[in-house]
Amino acid sequence: MNDAARSPLSFRDPARARRLLDALAHLCAGRESDPLALMHVCGSHEQAIARFGLRDVLPKGLDLFMGPGCPVCVTDAPEIDEAVRLARAGIRVTTYGDMLRVPGSDVSLAELGGEGAPVEVVYSVAQAVELARTSDEEWVFFSTGFETTAVATAAVLLDDPPANFSVLSAHKYIPPAMEIVLEMPGSRVEGFLAAGHAATITGWGVFEPFVARHGRPVVVAGFEPLDILAGLVELARLARAGEARVVNAFPRCVTREGNRRAQDQLWRVFERVGGRWRGIARVPNGNLRLRPEWSAWDARRRHASVLSGRVARAALPARAPCRCGEIMAGLARPTDCALFGRECQPHQPVGACMVSSEGTCRIWHQYGGRPDLGDAE
Amino acid sequence: MSRDGRRIEMRHGAGGPAMRELVGSLFARGAPMGIEGGVGLGALDDGAALRLGERWLVFTTDGHVIDPPFFPGGDIGRLAVCGAVNDLAVMGATDVLGLSLAVVVEEGYAHADLERIQASIEAACREADTRVLTGDTKVMRRGEIDGVVLTTSAIGLVREGGDPVRDAGLRPEDEILVTGTIGDHGMAVMTRRHDLSVGAGDGELLSDVAPLNGLIAAALAAGGPAVVAMKDPTRGGVASALHEMAQKSGVGVVLEEERLPVRPAVRAACELLGIDPLQVANEGKALLGVRPEASDAVLAALHAHPLGKHARRIGRCTATRVGSLILDTGFGRRLVTESEGELLPRIC
Repeated sequence: MNDAARSPLSFRDPARARRLLDALAHLCAGRESDPLALMHVCGSHEQAIARFGLRDVLPKGLDLFMGPGCPVCVTDAPEIDEAVRLARAGIRVTTYGDMLRVPGSDVSLAELGGEGAPVEVVYSVAQAVELARTSDEEWVFFSTGFETTAVATAAVLLDDPPANFSVLSAHKYIPPAMEIVLEMPGSRVEGFLAAGHAATITGWGVFEPFVARHGRPVVVAGFEPLDILAGLVELARLARAGEARVVNAFPRCVTREGNRRAQDQLWRVFERVGGRWRGIARVPNGNLRLRPEWSAWDARRRHASVLSGRVARAALPARAPCRCGEIMAGLARPTDCALFGRECQPHQPVGACMVSSEGTCRIWHQYGGRPDLGDAE
Repeated sequence: MSRDGRRIEMRHGAGGPAMRELVGSLFARGAPMGIEGGVGLGALDDGAALRLGERWLVFTTDGHVIDPPFFPGGDIGRLAVCGAVNDLAVMGATDVLGLSLAVVVEEGYAHADLERIQASIEAACREADTRVLTGDTKVMRRGEIDGVVLTTSAIGLVREGGDPVRDAGLRPEDEILVTGTIGDHGMAVMTRRHDLSVGAGDGELLSDVAPLNGLIAAALAAGGPAVVAMKDPTRGGVASALHEMAQKSGVGVVLEEERLPVRPAVRAACELLGIDPLQVANEGKALLGVRPEASDAVLAALHAHPLGKHARRIGRCTATRVGSLILDTGFGRRLVTESEGELLPRIC
């Protein structure tokens, strides 16, 4: 049977997982005092790692970090402020549930909604369009997500969207963020595990220029426990051997070229521009904005009068001890932060990584991070 | 912010730590743990237990609001009866003497809907072998309340010679049993509320809302005093219920994921929406803490009852990691935390 025909449950076989963990331990042997540092860049990878209890059994000679892999977490306060201004002007704003609690300079969308402003949660961009078709009012979809989610937004705009609908794009593009992480002072990341779902669209070839420039290996991996472990084994092998190349460990879904039709749709609608990622830095080419030919559906142009004028850029609530930036750069773990689990909790997040269910701190808070639980007898 | 500026948030009603903090520091402050060996408000258990001659009388109350009021597998009427009956049952009071029912309804509410609710109240009472003994009705102006709110209170008796069963009775080595599949109610309501289609299995997402006093009576007849703790995992799901039991009892709990009974349709919906079935509400299930030597007999009694066919042994209590709930996934171990606030589907 080929991989594509297998049930997902066949990628959850604990016996095969143990063999992969043995191989990983072998590759990391001797690195206990100077652990091999690998990074993945996807909240769904962290969710799977945590949910299946994989951190508990990773070898001591391996540090696996989650990089800036949560699009909601890196949405910057001025982007939230734009949505807030639109809603305050009476324009109906729809967005994903996770975006509601992201702090703006002044208020979050959740707080604004609590005051009666027209803010609604949707589960898909298609649902946002359906809502816009129900009335003649102006509707803005505040969109977030990496390449995968941006394709869905693009597809909707290419499919005759209603005239009273527009998009406020906070979409992000992940490859440039990997470069930023490596360029950070103190970075010791020796290889990247790339997200399989994004690579189904971009193709694994998108990482070749990165590998050529930075000399670090990239392995594309899926999201079942065996996918992740097999990807880590391959990545550890490449890193230890000093082999800088891209390996596709998710061949049942990912090809070198990716989904050409989706890429075509993505780049017909979006273009890359530089922008600040919360907690990280300015990321060149890291933001996806609507191309000028889509200005009729671009909330920034359509509602320029509402959004014009200086946005009060109050200092970000970057409270001194919050270490989200270092955590997303692989320089610290959530448990290294003095606020984690104390002042900073899911219902009252201080840092970006605690806001979304895709954020590192939130996931560690939910599942216990890298716990030592073997002693419970 | 001053303490006076605090406001009630949705998480204060979600069955988790925020709700326990609110109740403990406000409604139950200064309340006794119990009188004459009984169970009082201060114990924050499922009901109060009072001595009545040679028997124990258990008293409980339960407010019911649900959106939507009619959902696959039940409605607010059935929920109101089962919620009160099950709170009594998990205290060991399986002989339900009767209920009170208060109905607050919005001006303009359809009479036919009230008929449906009343019919299902009557049906659920028949299943639980009990009846509504007294009631009250109020109507509020349109917009002052959302549809209909039901409040039920109930009294019941613990079997002769038996004692009330508390949350706090667990000891290391005790086994944790669940009386059937988990997550059915919450996923049925959530998919209907948000109008989510999760694929071919949609039709199989049905609430499990059911009165458990008959099932629990069978378990107690088989296990007697070896059934040391019980709780119904409603809001907050199995995760919140076991956290509360573990904290009150001073033990840790290790669950084995492969033993958790979850229907395929519920598992599929949870996977798709990024929700942990351990955090999803149930309205027709109970968790039992049982001494190891009696667990086979109790499990057999559960299996012999129509509502206990899928009962399983799912975990064990530990002397270490007090107050923690640990899940052995078959790959490794992780913590299970309680949910804070409404469960919402993830984006990607």
